[in-house]
Amino acid sequence: MSESPVVHAGSGLPAGQEDQFSGPDQHGHFGRYGGAFVGETLVAAVEELDRVYSKMALDPNFWAEFDKDLKHYVGRPSPLYLAERLTARYGGAQIVLKREDLNHTGAHKINNTIGQALLAKFMGKPRIIAETGAGQHGVASATVAARLGLECHVYMGADDIKRQSANVYRMKLLGANVIAVESGSRTLKDALNEALRDWATNVDNTYYIIGTAAGPHPYPRMVRDFQAVIGREARAQSLEQFGRLPDALVACVGGGSNAIGLFHPFLRDADVAMYGVEAGGDGLETGRHAAPLSAGRPGVLHGNRTYLMTDDAGQILDTHSVSAGLDYPGVGPEHSWLKDIHRVNYVAATDKEALAAFRDLTRLEGIIPALESSHAVAYACKMAADMSRDKFIVVNLSGRGDKDIHTVAGIDGITI
Amino acid sequence: MSRISKTIAALQAQNKKVLIPYLVAGDPEKALTVRLMHALVKSGAHIIELGIPFSDPSSDGTVIQLGAERALRQGTTLRDVLAMVAEFRTTDQNTPVVLMGYLNPIEIMGYEAFAGAADAAGVDGVLVVDLPAYECEELFKAVRPRGIDTIFLIAPTTTAAREAAICQNTTGYLYYVSLKGVTGAAITDATAIRDKINHLRTVTDLPLVVGFGIKDANSAREMAAISDGVIVGSALVDSISHLQPGKTCSEQDLLATVAVIATISDAIKDMKN
Repeated sequence: MSESPVVHAGSGLPAGQEDQFSGPDQHGHFGRYGGAFVGETLVAAVEELDRVYSKMALDPNFWAEFDKDLKHYVGRPSPLYLAERLTARYGGAQIVLKREDLNHTGAHKINNTIGQALLAKFMGKPRIIAETGAGQHGVASATVAARLGLECHVYMGADDIKRQSANVYRMKLLGANVIAVESGSRTLKDALNEALRDWATNVDNTYYIIGTAAGPHPYPRMVRDFQAVIGREARAQSLEQFGRLPDALVACVGGGSNAIGLFHPFLRDADVAMYGVEAGGDGLETGRHAAPLSAGRPGVLHGNRTYLMTDDAGQILDTHSVSAGLDYPGVGPEHSWLKDIHRVNYVAATDKEALAAFRDLTRLEGIIPALESSHAVAYACKMAADMSRDKFIVVNLSGRGDKDIHTVAGIDGITI
Repeated sequence: MSRISKTIAALQAQNKKVLIPYLVAGDPEKALTVRLMHALVKSGAHIIELGIPFSDPSSDGTVIQLGAERALRQGTTLRDVLAMVAEFRTTDQNTPVVLMGYLNPIEIMGYEAFAGAADAAGVDGVLVVDLPAYECEELFKAVRPRGIDTIFLIAPTTTAAREAAICQNTTGYLYYVSLKGVTGAAITDATAIRDKINHLRTVTDLPLVVGFGIKDANSAREMAAISDGVIVGSALVDSISHLQPGKTCSEQDLLATVAVIATISDAIKDMKN
């Protein structure tokens, strides 16, 4: 890696030279989005976290420890890989994969849990809680908890526990207590509600590791800063391997942490187009999807103002996606702002398109992608076909698909 | 003076404690809510907190979550809740009604539209649990000119700096959350609550009522002794959960359902403020 700034946090611009991409403001706002909409019991906790993180973010020693863990424990940098056969199949722009699937625990989620675990340790909190959808963030949290000897409780929707049984067992092996959430729609959003309730109850000794760039301030900023290693590496690798910046970036968006991690270090590169791919489920027109940016509207949920799937009465709608990790009715607030200022294009890929991309990548490149990441691959392939061969697209392959083989086998009518 | 302030001032003039039950609007069915509200008044309620059901009540424990789920299964919307208040007002112009809930239904309805409709319906106060004091400007702009009180929570974790800001933003009464946790949990440390309430007396002149964890005569007496009054939520919602939607309910059935409020009313009625 040629580029390795000492302090990674925030905008990367010195004080006094901030621009529109230096957000959020002191109350966590990205434009009108973000904020810290939590019950009074948790206000002091998020304020303390903000104070601690704001201080650590300026401390080169903190980032040195973070970088060291990412290198020796996670295995970073992750490769930037030109998928030649996939590219040839679509006959257009070169499709290049940022291989977050090769990280320890198999997804980008570990970048964030490494960073937050360092904070938990610094704050002296012996107990960690986390919510998880597909189980990747739960596994990544259980992993860092095992490594640091912390007690770990993971909230997971009862429906998700059924479709991600392998990850549930991994968490248990790692010593975590997996708690089935039976309320509401029994998916990721309900796991988040239950984790917030736990946090309010055990706020003195508990650190809540939120897994995505959403939730109350400072989480969207903090998770973005930890995930921005993806974009920093991809930017340097593009310059090194291709001699220039990519023409486009593509990442899937559930809560949006892998996407903001890839996008953020490129936001000031006006010539780099960006595409966030939401879960189109059965198709946006059916209403059975998980695409708040494409088909929702602004509201307030889980601590932040952001685009949501909400009905006319303000109730949160059930979402649908073949991928548990994208099955969430909200999205990180910075994405909402980036949509409104037209810096990033938000689009959707259906379950069917994602499954086709899953099979394509597996057969053509020998890489089994996570169903979440398959949404990004699907859209990138579609785009590539309409672009000339001298262009290149960086796709965030945010996770590997081992956890999804039961789901895909089930769709094929096979029981493993 | 608002209806809430008048009600509390009148009670304080008689040296009495305030009793505030909480129920979820539309639980277990829309047609019962107004009748339950009247039954509550008959049973000794001074102010009613009417919960706006929300799909993701992340500050609430299981009992109130289930109440919200029952209400949502009946299709209860914020507009329905406002209509219930309007109906209640046709026969009761004295008992203040506070709407309590989460921000999203109000945000989606729009602050002006909400405030206008709430005012017209006869709502006296709003308490939005996930709206912190520094995010409340839009809501204030809409409700304050209409004389609707804005009630906030203070928790055991609230810092001194925030206490001042919250007291400044609050009108009507201050809701002191008795414990770290969600609604329906059990109070374990009454001494700490007393110390905090005594401290808050030095910060504000607002009436201080205690909620979360008050479930029977004993816990109500214990909390009323150190405050201006008590809020009873989960214990009542739990009792309401036994009503069957679609089944005819007599006046007696409803009074029996809210008996916990009559019991608590009895238990605190001779306590001096």
